[in-house]
Amino acid sequence: MAGQSKNISRSELWGGNGSPFRISYGKQWMWMFLVSDALTFGGLLTAYGFARHQAPSWPIGEETFNAMPFLGNGYPLLYVALMTFILIVSSVTMVLAVEAGHRLDKKGVVKWLLLTVVGGLFFVGSQGWEWYHFIHGTHYGSILTPEGWAVVDYNTANELILRMGRGLTVTGAEAKALFDGATATMQGANLIENEYAPLVPQYANFFFFITGFHGFHVFSGVVFNFIILINVIRGVYDKRGHYEMVEKVGLYWHFVDLVWVFVFTFFYLL
Amino acid sequence: MERDDLIQDNNYSVSANHDEAHGLVIRKKIWKVTGILTLITVIEVLIGAFIKQYDAAGEDNFLWPYVKIGFLVLTVVKAAYIVLIFMHLGDERKSFKWVILAPYILFIAYLIFICLAESTYWHEVFQGENSINP
Repeated sequence: MAGQSKNISRSELWGGNGSPFRISYGKQWMWMFLVSDALTFGGLLTAYGFARHQAPSWPIGEETFNAMPFLGNGYPLLYVALMTFILIVSSVTMVLAVEAGHRLDKKGVVKWLLLTVVGGLFFVGSQGWEWYHFIHGTHYGSILTPEGWAVVDYNTANELILRMGRGLTVTGAEAKALFDGATATMQGANLIENEYAPLVPQYANFFFFITGFHGFHVFSGVVFNFIILINVIRGVYDKRGHYEMVEKVGLYWHFVDLVWVFVFTFFYLL
Repeated sequence: MERDDLIQDNNYSVSANHDEAHGLVIRKKIWKVTGILTLITVIEVLIGAFIKQYDAAGEDNFLWPYVKIGFLVLTVVKAAYIVLIFMHLGDERKSFKWVILAPYILFIAYLIFICLAESTYWHEVFQGENSINP
């Protein structure tokens, strides 16, 4: 950062005795690791795009994910937006910890890094709740009617409503007839079938694998941040004269946030 | 083994340290970017909640293809802010920026192209008019 942006002649820069990029070995290879990890996620999301593009139909994010803890259903995307916001805020506290480290402000680093760990734990917990809800499925499950799969629901007057997909609903006697003609039922999601996309079982597989792989990254990020937090409290980096380790785990933590930005778009928004 | 994080002369890590006044400028920038990222997320969720993929008759909403492109653009803007500001890639030397970005962008652009081209063909074979499905 500061001090590295000054003009240096090419012969001095590439003449040895130091990194031509003017960054330390550890930071450079954290970046290299992140590029390779980003390629893994890029590959996974592109595979998801492949499956989605060739599938006959695909569930709509705001219809699949519309539940809030304690409040029930009918809140499209709100919960996942909250999760996204938590992760962005924990990214902000991380960058503030890095900034405090550049001023050798140990107290500041401890405060912001601790908040980052808490934010990360909140995110992992939210993802657990999201998975629980996804696996359990809709309140009454889905049935296979003569006109295709439908989600069973009841309005406040306890009348049957069938959600046929594409935002269409069937009510009254017609719904009753379809309900009586049902030949199969399904509720929730697993690796073999899922009621959100009965015709494309890969949908749940991709959801579990990609959000699971990301969640595991968040979990390891929390562990790394916690280890570095202990080192900061013990004064290891104060003695060393710089807080570059905070910067390095910070890079990893921002990367986790970066991946979530894309997962959020492809699984929930599109 | 020699540890590069302990070398005192020509030490990039120590030269990254800054004083209180400079920290104030950086913190201001951080909070500005926080506001931008939050605003983009709010806009995305509002669009997702209010513009539907299908109209009341179950037909495709003509707006949806534009909304999709809008989501992708907003996502890339968010990603750029995170990488360039939060991860400080914007402050690194130009040569390093390209070492990180160029191979990644090239490879992913190629992967996206080849996967979309192939899955378009698959869609035609399995779901198209002359599908091999009964």
